[in-house]
Amino acid sequence: MENAPLSRRVLLASVAGAIGAHALRKAGVAQVAGSAPPSQVPDPTKVPGAPLSELGRRSPFERPRRIPVGGAQGSSLAPLQDLCGIVTPADLHFERHHAGVPAIDPSRYKLLIHGMVERPTVFDLADLKRFPSVSHLYFLECSGNGGAGYRGARPDLSPQLIDGLTSTSEWTGVPLATLLREVGVKPGAKWLLAEGEDAAVMARSIPIDKAWDDALIAYGQNGEAVRPEQGYPARLVLPGWEGNTNVKWLRRIEVADAPFMTREETSKYTDPLGDGTARMFSFAIDAKSIITFPAYPVVLPEPGWWEISGIAWSGRGRITRVDVSTDGGRRWTRAELQAPVLPKCHTRFRCLWNWNGSETTILSRAIDETGYIQPTLEQLRAARGVGTYYHFNHIRTWRVRRDGTVLFGLEG
Amino acid sequence: MRSTVAMVVLALVGGCGRAEHARLGFGRPATTEEIRAWDLDVMPDGTGLPPGSGTPSQGAEIYGRKCAACHGRTGVEGPFDRLVGREPRQGFPFGRDPRLVRTVGNFWPYATTLYDYLNRAMPLTAPGSLKPDEVYGLVAFLLWRNEIITDTAVMDAQTLPRVVMPARARFVVDNRRGGPEIR
Repeated sequence: MENAPLSRRVLLASVAGAIGAHALRKAGVAQVAGSAPPSQVPDPTKVPGAPLSELGRRSPFERPRRIPVGGAQGSSLAPLQDLCGIVTPADLHFERHHAGVPAIDPSRYKLLIHGMVERPTVFDLADLKRFPSVSHLYFLECSGNGGAGYRGARPDLSPQLIDGLTSTSEWTGVPLATLLREVGVKPGAKWLLAEGEDAAVMARSIPIDKAWDDALIAYGQNGEAVRPEQGYPARLVLPGWEGNTNVKWLRRIEVADAPFMTREETSKYTDPLGDGTARMFSFAIDAKSIITFPAYPVVLPEPGWWEISGIAWSGRGRITRVDVSTDGGRRWTRAELQAPVLPKCHTRFRCLWNWNGSETTILSRAIDETGYIQPTLEQLRAARGVGTYYHFNHIRTWRVRRDGTVLFGLEG
Repeated sequence: MRSTVAMVVLALVGGCGRAEHARLGFGRPATTEEIRAWDLDVMPDGTGLPPGSGTPSQGAEIYGRKCAACHGRTGVEGPFDRLVGREPRQGFPFGRDPRLVRTVGNFWPYATTLYDYLNRAMPLTAPGSLKPDEVYGLVAFLLWRNEIITDTAVMDAQTLPRVVMPARARFVVDNRRGGPEIR
């Protein structure tokens, strides 16, 4: 294993990076802030191993953590740089709550569907689970994700701090279309209100076509019950659409002929544009990508072969291509897409790079099946204005410096 | 027709399968009381607004007790969301200037949204605790402070849907469609 020592050094750099890049030079893996791995690990072939257990734990040497920002009304960012593949462990899935995480007793859970329906109906959790189920891998993303990289970006931003408000899970549940057939939608119905059972009673209007298409009421996440932070016991999943519409702790769906104009689709989650308008119901996540390695706070210990790796995703379907540039965008190389490449799901891309040790800028751009190409920052600002908000899907760039440090950079 | 046939076939052979079903009959009918207890949304045409009313002066008193700690004495001081402010009055330049603060007066497109939101989610520490007259009063206070209604206007189920917010015409539907164009 010729590159095993390199891998280990990168690991050390990544872990130490959690307490600041400069700390790498002083700190070994045993000194990571807040963790307490064993200081002396005996030869594991000379002592009996640990016994069986009812519930597994991470290795004490691994300490991936979300970064919570803003208390019960805020969000917590997933540690993208610490993840591999495409699935986010449920306890690291990003969070965004409008009034904290509600405690809901599943035995008392009810989903009410009413409004323009033939049979207003209450489903309990057992009812939902009794319907034919489906499982799909989908990404979720807060539409504010990437905002830290759109204007006034600092160089010491990690993938987590730029884009940590996205995660992928395998979601299991019942298609919303199944439930709509069950209650019988009346002619003229065009929208539905999805409402949560949290203290914000968070509500969004959803075009009914999405319900007939691929909307899901999910009670399972990565093989177990949906986590409380992700909507236990049941949530709406609208594949490819901004996170806020994927209403958690779903308790009510009202079918109607017009949108309801809740706060979260008027004063919030609308995109002010440079032409003096604001875009409403901007549901779909356009294609985007971010290199998660090498990226701040990682320090490359030496020139040579390094695998650039990252994730790409599109709310409009499959990622068809990811291009990577290691010279500031002058030349582009087609990255390898790691199977499975699924619609509306994170896609892992990889590209082997022989770094010659000189300063350069690395970047990625995603292309989806509609032919959409992830725009540059300049293109996005030209289209929407520097003051716009939400849906920041411009190209992310990383400046690799001669000393091996990697800094986030707006410009190439 | 095909789905019915599939279900019949499954029933006859006693096997299992993945039939496209019409109805499976799970769940139970919702009662009128259940629907009334949860159906709290208010639409722009006023659908969902309850009986009751309030004026700016009535709202001012409630605001001082229940809202000012978070939103400031006059609705501009914070520390949480700034609620009051009409500037800039021209051009709706929020997409061009990231320093601008979006308020009820300069950004919110529908007055009914105020009722809906205050009723469902405010105040933060006691959500869902406001009575209809209190919500109407607070809505009236905020609309008056934002120079949208007069200080004597009464807000109720008839008057609130008729309030036209200054930014209403600025909101447009999403025109992104995928494909090569950057929008």
